[in-house]
Amino acid sequence: MDKARTRRHARTLDLRRGRIDMNHGSGGRATAQLIEELFLVAFDNERLRRMDDHAELAMPVGKMVVATDGHVISPLFFPGGDIGSLSVHGTINDVAMAGAVPLYLTVGFILEEGFPLSDLKKIVDSMAAAARAARVQIVAGDTKVVERGKGDGIFITTTGVGVVDEALNIHADQAQPTDCVLVSGTIGDHGVAIMSLREHLTFGTDIVSDTAALHDLVAHMVRAVPQIHCLRDPTRGGLATALNELADLSGVGIRIQEAAIPIRPEVKAACELLGLDPLYIANEGKLIAICARAQAQDLLTAMRAHPLGAQAAIIGEVVADPHAFVEMETAFGGRRVVDWLMGDPLPRIC
Amino acid sequence: MKFIDEFRDGEVAKSLSQAIFAEAVPGREYRFMEFCGGHTHAIARYGIMDLLPPGVRLIHGPGCPVCVLPIGQIDVAMAVARDHGAILCTYADVMRVPASRRESLLQVKAAGADVRMVYSIHDALTVARENPNREVVFFAIGFETTTPPTAAGIRAAAEAGLTNFSVFCSHVLTPSAIQSILESPDVRALGAVDIDGFIGPSHVSIVIGSRPYEFFAEEYEKPVVIAGFEPLDVMQSVLMLIRQVNEGRCEVENEFHRAVTRLGNAKAQGLVAEVFELARAFEWRGLGIVPYSSLRIRERYRQFDAQYRFPIRYHAVADHKGCECGAILRGAKQPKDCRLFGTACVPENPMGSCMVSSEGACAAHYTYGRYRMAPTTQAPRTAVNS
Amino acid sequence: MCLAVPMKVEQLMPDDLAVVELDGVRKVVSLALVDDVKEGDYVIVHVGFALTRLDPEEAAKTLALFSEISATITPGIIPGTEAKGV
Repeated sequence: MDKARTRRHARTLDLRRGRIDMNHGSGGRATAQLIEELFLVAFDNERLRRMDDHAELAMPVGKMVVATDGHVISPLFFPGGDIGSLSVHGTINDVAMAGAVPLYLTVGFILEEGFPLSDLKKIVDSMAAAARAARVQIVAGDTKVVERGKGDGIFITTTGVGVVDEALNIHADQAQPTDCVLVSGTIGDHGVAIMSLREHLTFGTDIVSDTAALHDLVAHMVRAVPQIHCLRDPTRGGLATALNELADLSGVGIRIQEAAIPIRPEVKAACELLGLDPLYIANEGKLIAICARAQAQDLLTAMRAHPLGAQAAIIGEVVADPHAFVEMETAFGGRRVVDWLMGDPLPRIC
Repeated sequence: MKFIDEFRDGEVAKSLSQAIFAEAVPGREYRFMEFCGGHTHAIARYGIMDLLPPGVRLIHGPGCPVCVLPIGQIDVAMAVARDHGAILCTYADVMRVPASRRESLLQVKAAGADVRMVYSIHDALTVARENPNREVVFFAIGFETTTPPTAAGIRAAAEAGLTNFSVFCSHVLTPSAIQSILESPDVRALGAVDIDGFIGPSHVSIVIGSRPYEFFAEEYEKPVVIAGFEPLDVMQSVLMLIRQVNEGRCEVENEFHRAVTRLGNAKAQGLVAEVFELARAFEWRGLGIVPYSSLRIRERYRQFDAQYRFPIRYHAVADHKGCECGAILRGAKQPKDCRLFGTACVPENPMGSCMVSSEGACAAHYTYGRYRMAPTTQAPRTAVNS
Repeated sequence: MCLAVPMKVEQLMPDDLAVVELDGVRKVVSLALVDDVKEGDYVIVHVGFALTRLDPEEAAKTLALFSEISATITPGIIPGTEAKGV
């Protein structure tokens, strides 16, 4: 940071006890100080240092991919991550689901008056670490402040830009009958980790959110099987919702085997206790892949060779079905339809 | 998971299925009613119908307390939060049920009323302790399984000397539900259905024991098998019922003997008797007014009765004209017999509580069973080519 | 009214409470509705309360009954018991 800039501010930000106030969003000195002393320090890169309102990107050869997400999760900090790492991983994953390499992120903050700077610093540092680990640059951003009571502490919007090989054709409408359906690992971890903190539902567990950037796993997968038909990350609404989306968009049916779906015993137990169906619980570090039957073993092998795919499994197949139903053969031996999620999964007593 | 996984074993399920196929008399229909939300859920979730012969029909009776809760009761609970500024603590199950004006507790919460989802009455007591300047009301719904916890909670509130806590009691009684199915002239007029036997509820029976069902077996000559809540329990109980029917017996048998005894949980019963007494009449959604079918808080605990603390009054609210929840709850009709099912009435826009509670017959059928309604390229399942 | 789960009593606590556990998930529940529960017992838990002890001997009897039934059945002999595809 050059000396001329640092002298502009009479006092440095009190990152331990300070709080966001309306000045920070006004676009004046306070905003500039917030950017320089907090965001720039964490996200530091050449593009950002120019302090333009935009960034010029160098795009490698291929098709450009862009994705955007809003993040409003509460609580902000949870076992395994926080809203910061979640937002970075989430958008990287959206881009990666095209089979693309994520390159750049932008980030918009909406902060509530009174939000502690110490929390903001934790979140920003978490974002920076996640971006660095993924080798993705945060190149542009924006900050606004809303009055106390009008925002849940912090909302984050991230937009990601990446590039995908011209030869790849990975889309939600590409699934075909006889294809195999694979999942990269255990389901329900993130949602249960969050519920464990919700008021009145506390229970002691070791369940940790699975939030992770999946682009490296995806790179391995497309190298092994470039003709992957579909990739989807089952976030809100869980595995069931993502499978229904793919079935609907591809105009096919999907048949899965309950016994083949990887799930941790503690997650299963927590769902038992709360009366929740793990199929509908959010995941933040998992993906679904659909590929031709002949290539399913190769794809599975590639996934299992990667740390984020160690528990990958083939869980079912695609069939012709004009109703685009997702159906599951239960571990018990009967069958049931796995429908779209209706509303928020609420725990039940009955 | 111990005591859970063993009772979900798919291999054992196959054997039980074979035994049921072997003992069910071909061409004969067996109609068994279950009235336990857990059973409705298990049957749907595990696809148990796929393992039973086509002649065995499992009918969903009034086993879901949310489904039999009249709209008027929810209105009262809503009023407590919305109009009287109390913190309403409620189980999640009831939050999505549309009450009058098609509004649910969830929507009233969104509009600003302080409605909080809790897992246990303990949580409501905690809310009361943490908010000494606010009134806290616990919406107590449920059959006999949930009543002892409410009684324990009220006793705890009394012992702690809480002055801002009360309970809006909507607890109902299972035997009354069964009797009303079998007995009431109303029900006969509207269309009762022949039932060959009952699958007794799992957890209600833990509390009340197997003894209360002996009356039904004798008086109405219907076999009862009290079933555990896991899918193998349900299948075993179906087998036991088929045997009773074939042999012309009308006994109470207990499949769930790892948790249910003849006399039940005396300690829990005693606690309930201390805090509650029979209320003279209660309107059940779909079944009409059933005498001595519900509980109210005794006078000595009156300060914990929300109906005395708040100027609230119950007003009966009729269901939508096309809604067949009543007939469905009595087992007289099936979801597909309702002209609203799947069109105006779907899980995201429920017209009646059979659709809003995931245990409701309509929701369970829509979510899990709809596949069987749609014509597919596969041949229908029969005993020969399953 | 049936969402109730068998859980193991891990630790008795004062005020008639206990820590119960299922596959690594723990919860504190009330023992106000039961008597003579010891650590290592299994209880059926519903809305934060133990409703009853689960009797392991009776459970074993039930499971034994299931196996007895499977021992008497020859697969395929009875219609409807052929292997099923998805």
